[in-house]
Amino acid sequence: MGIPITGQIINMCAALLLLIAFAMLSQRRILSLINLFSLQGLILAISTSVVAYSSQQQHLYYSAALTLLLKAIVLPMILHRLIRKLNIKWDVETMFNIPTIMLVGLALVVFAFNLAAPISQMAATITRSTLGIAMASVLLSFLMMITRSKAVPQVVGFLAMENGLFFAATSATYGMPMVVELGIALDVLVGMFILGIFFFQIRTAFDSLDLKHMEKLKEE
Amino acid sequence: MEIFWVLVIPFFGGLIMALFGRQHYAPEINSVVSLCTFVAAAALTVRVISDGSFTAWNEQFFVDALNVFLVALTAFVGFTTSLFSRPYMLIEQHHGKLTANMLRLYYSMYQLFSFTMLLALLTNNMGILWVAMEAATLTTVLLVSLYRTPSSLEAAWKYFILCGVGIAQALFGTILLYFAAEKLLGAGGTALLWTHLNGVKTQLEPTVLSLAFVFLLVGYGTKVGLAPLHNWLPDAHAEGPTPVSAVLSGLLLNVALYAVVRSKVLVDGALGSHLAGNLMMGFGLLSVVMAAFFLSRQKDVKRMFAYSSIEHMGLMTFAFGMGGPVATFAGLLHMTVHSLTKSAIFFAVGHAAQKSGTQLMEHIRGLIKTSPTVGWGLALGTLAILGMPPFGVFTSEFLILTTAMHSYPWTMPLLLTALGVAFAAIFGRMQLMVFGDTTNKRLPHPPALIPVFVHLLLVLMLGLYIPPYLADWYRQAAALIG
Repeated sequence: MGIPITGQIINMCAALLLLIAFAMLSQRRILSLINLFSLQGLILAISTSVVAYSSQQQHLYYSAALTLLLKAIVLPMILHRLIRKLNIKWDVETMFNIPTIMLVGLALVVFAFNLAAPISQMAATITRSTLGIAMASVLLSFLMMITRSKAVPQVVGFLAMENGLFFAATSATYGMPMVVELGIALDVLVGMFILGIFFFQIRTAFDSLDLKHMEKLKEE
Repeated sequence: MEIFWVLVIPFFGGLIMALFGRQHYAPEINSVVSLCTFVAAAALTVRVISDGSFTAWNEQFFVDALNVFLVALTAFVGFTTSLFSRPYMLIEQHHGKLTANMLRLYYSMYQLFSFTMLLALLTNNMGILWVAMEAATLTTVLLVSLYRTPSSLEAAWKYFILCGVGIAQALFGTILLYFAAEKLLGAGGTALLWTHLNGVKTQLEPTVLSLAFVFLLVGYGTKVGLAPLHNWLPDAHAEGPTPVSAVLSGLLLNVALYAVVRSKVLVDGALGSHLAGNLMMGFGLLSVVMAAFFLSRQKDVKRMFAYSSIEHMGLMTFAFGMGGPVATFAGLLHMTVHSLTKSAIFFAVGHAAQKSGTQLMEHIRGLIKTSPTVGWGLALGTLAILGMPPFGVFTSEFLILTTAMHSYPWTMPLLLTALGVAFAAIFGRMQLMVFGDTTNKRLPHPPALIPVFVHLLLVLMLGLYIPPYLADWYRQAAALIG
């Protein structure tokens, strides 16, 4: 018995998502980071529609379309606009110890697979083996947020984490109820707009989007 | 139908304020909208008292004894805060800290924030609960950074990122919950409805649910301000405008705790053990102790009271974690009195800081001489929050401590030390701020301190006499939580 072709495509997409998560972790150019994020959204949409096809879940087609629209097109467009207006399109972040970060990332992947193993045993979905990858990409985006010191990459990390969670929802349960998914999408979109306003406020106050300037508030 | 009004009034209020927020009558409209919300919430409460719990709109909304009491409290504090914010924001504008556009943003977001809180309380869908909690963060982020100063921007960024990451954990918890529920209830709309989940809670998969609860507790716990996830809270409270601090402390933290408690009910049913309770007790105890010690080192008055909020939220989490009718009753009572007292304190503190032109406690002096009402408000509010009899906080803390002494005697030294440290720190500073000499001038607009005294009177009443229907109400809610 082999895995059906749809299952293979989904596994392939999952593997690509994991690769992208690692690529994002080590990508220093803001522009390439946003392109990677857009690619992540695209693969997410493809895998969701394949899941929809193989499981005959109508509502997953809608959420695949929503993902494509929001995460592969609208959000990257907003981000591109933002970095153009903020004049940080060609910014390169200085990051040290990328090899160490990658090693920590590897450890996180192992941890995620261990954590997901008992749950994916219980799942009846075609995608259950990808739950570990979904958790790993959540954790990797989290790691990315910790290691970045600039505002835009942190936000991309945040959005990538949301992508990971979405992938977890499709792989464990064929997606959340539609009303919840719409709510989440609305939150993400509104959040992006607010962040956009916020970037300009930060820039006006600090003259840069480097979060190193923002370490004044702490307990002495 | 009442549910419809409770939600629609603040939502359209937010849109109206976005249009008319620049007008000179905007603060009045803001208060009127909040008053209407409160009236609708009162009508809803009356209906629940007479008819019992019910669901509405294809079971998407759900009201029972537990959430209706929080809806009433939220709408009430929302209304009194809007009264307080009228002169407060005018004075801020007079001092040149705010422009008309910033005020428009403030009024609009204030109403939308009320909407998200009420939606989180009234929804029956655990997924929509998450969406509303996230939306609550989004509406308040720009309020925390309203002054656009470097430190307020830093506070808002921290708030956004920490709560965003935290709440993402809660989303994962919700996904796991759905995963466990979908097997029993089938895919689609009903599997995240709390009433349905509550019906099948004993059959939910225990391993998945315990994992889900850890994520839910960490996620919503970040918003409750539980240590060690509390970092955003003192900054956001200290740097945002005072009405925002008042509603963050008085309302948002309560609603986040409500989300944790709702999840706990399900997990307790599935596990049949005390795991969820133990986790909550641990986080609660840690928050109480840690906040008490940080609190004693603060220089900024709003930061100090923000840490005091962490302490009290920890105490409530601890009480709900212990479980049982008495502790849960005390936890619910503490939710009520804390949110009334803490918002009253923030009202007084806000005007005190405006008078002195600083939030640093060493420069706030002699309030009782220049404006006796602010001074008395702060003094009485502080006594109330420190748990002095005959205020209501005393009653709830007494009940929590006696239950803890009976069931978990080892927590006593920790709790008593923490409460003692907090008492000494806050009481000493309050005396200096209220009494002592000053050269400060009067405020350009008379402050609205009626809300302070109304809140404190209610807290006093709850300390001396809990009306039978209210006690009954708490008991019903406590029975629901178990």
